[in-house]
Amino acid sequence: MANVNVSTGKLLTRYENNQSTSRERVDWLHWTITKLHHVFKNSIVIITFLALWEAAPRLGLVNETFFPPITEVAKAWWGLLLSGDFVDHTVTSLTRSIGGFTLAILVSIPLGLAIGWWKTAAEYLNPLLEVFRNTAALAILPVFILLLGLGETSKIAIVFYACVFPLLLNTISGVRNVDPLLIKSARSMGLSPISLFRKVIIPASVPTIFVGIRQAGASSILVLVAAEMVGAKSGLGYLIQYTQFSFQITEMYAGIISISVIGLIINYLLVQLEKRLTSWKQVYSE
Amino acid sequence: MTTKISIQQVHKYFRVKRNLGHLKETVQPISALQDINLEVKQGEFMVIVGPSGCGKSTLLDLLAGLSKPNRGQIRLDGNEIAGPNLDRGIVFQQYALFPWKTALANVEFGLEAKGVGRKERRASALEYIQLVGLAGFENRYPHELSGGMKQRVAIARSLAYDPEVLLMDEPFAALDAQTRETLQSELLRIWEATKKTIIFITHGIEEAVYLGQRVAVMTSRPGRIKQVIEVPFESRTSEDDLRSNPEFVKIRHQIWDLLKDEVQRAQEQEKSKTLHAGNLKSNAKGVAANG
Ligand SMILES: Nc1ncnc2c1ncn2[C@@H]1O[C@H](COP(=O)(O)OP(=O)(O)O)[C@@H](O)[C@H]1O
Ligand SMILES: [Mg+2]
Repeated sequence: MANVNVSTGKLLTRYENNQSTSRERVDWLHWTITKLHHVFKNSIVIITFLALWEAAPRLGLVNETFFPPITEVAKAWWGLLLSGDFVDHTVTSLTRSIGGFTLAILVSIPLGLAIGWWKTAAEYLNPLLEVFRNTAALAILPVFILLLGLGETSKIAIVFYACVFPLLLNTISGVRNVDPLLIKSARSMGLSPISLFRKVIIPASVPTIFVGIRQAGASSILVLVAAEMVGAKSGLGYLIQYTQFSFQITEMYAGIISISVIGLIINYLLVQLEKRLTSWKQVYSE
Repeated sequence: MTTKISIQQVHKYFRVKRNLGHLKETVQPISALQDINLEVKQGEFMVIVGPSGCGKSTLLDLLAGLSKPNRGQIRLDGNEIAGPNLDRGIVFQQYALFPWKTALANVEFGLEAKGVGRKERRASALEYIQLVGLAGFENRYPHELSGGMKQRVAIARSLAYDPEVLLMDEPFAALDAQTRETLQSELLRIWEATKKTIIFITHGIEEAVYLGQRVAVMTSRPGRIKQVIEVPFESRTSEDDLRSNPEFVKIRHQIWDLLKDEVQRAQEQEKSKTLHAGNLKSNAKGVAANG
């Protein structure tokens, strides 16, 4: 079999190969320039923004008491870090948020895979899931507090609630929208339903599931901070609320910025994980 | 030569929902295939040509065991086809490669389904990648390959698990003319080397005559076999310019004659379908679910 004459094929592939290496080189150069441009584009506005933040209170354009310059905020943040308060609140918040998020993943992904695979279940459950998803998590925060009290349970539960639905709905839609041709092709090779599910349906759904994971990651922080502002004795949301009431305005800003940075880091980590797991995909939508 | 595949009085219907307006719906059966009879011999290269929408893919699904005929039967080596199996390999027009797998892993997929061990699988997949002229591209993902290369991978994947019959559904239709001709002659070479029975579906007359030892011409829907034409060339790969051979031209014209009314009828069907499209579109889901 191997001694079949494949000269035409070799010629053709060599031709295509040459073309693609030179194309790659051009691509690489193009990529570097785009990347530099990208970094510049991303950072210039942030730098300008920080400069404005510094200048506006110093020039008296805004009230310095309520809007302290960024360097003052940075100093306050450093103080919080040295006192250990910042670390404590951050650890508390992250534990709650990662706890709820992980629980939601453990429940939603297997459940979503099962519902998506079982067509009738998906059709019946979809309306109810849509209702839940469109019920803002914060709107039912009072329910959680009534049922679960002010402790850790209610915080983790609200994060769990906020993460479950984007995860569940995206997993279901990932399974339901697998290219039928891939299923047909796998079926034609005699795959059993279980192997089909394991080897085709799950890998094909990964990109859509990741859309859900990223949405859930973002809302886990958002919802938690809000919940901590309403009823908590610790956490970054509590820190912001508490510093506002006790008129430590620079500390309050330090807390706000910390939350943004944590949100950015979480999103970045999830994007990296996504890129690793779906490296076979052509384009990333950023 | 012994008979490999025997298609006997096969009929296939689809139930299509149609809106009559005002929420009224009727379910109408449409006949996709009507009384198909065809024998394919062991090691034969059989081409089926017909206008689009005449039921070619439907017939291929039946051969693959992905769906069942409503009447009649299809036998492979004398046994009725019960379902999909690795004794038949399919190559689709749209490649159907798994995008999350490299070329090599795609070729290994069928071998894995067959239960071949890891090491052996790898070795065998590499051999077939070589056979289709893709050595050096083993670790590329499908999106990094051109259309022609993707189809080479798909062919290697189907050959790798060593099916007795290769079913090909317009595999070269999406490729540019040059790539198509290259792949046609390579397919012939692979066929001569592997001695597989091939059933090749196309709507291209020239492709049909170039590839097929016999060409079955289908009518427009409901698809029937209008005529089976012998193409008596000994070795296509050694002949220099087969396409301008007078015999080739004659057969091509003969098939064209058989097809032209059918193509026209198929286009008229297409038009009347478009007129109903408003009604049909809202039921697209139901239609697919009925397949
Ligand atoms: N699952 C299905 N449900 C309803 N009608 C179908 C289905 N599959 C194919 N058809 C109809 O059967 C006819 C033949 O289709 P097909 O076999 O795909 O044609 P071809 O491959 O020759 O272009 C077409 O009219 C098509 O609309
Ligand atoms: Mg078709």
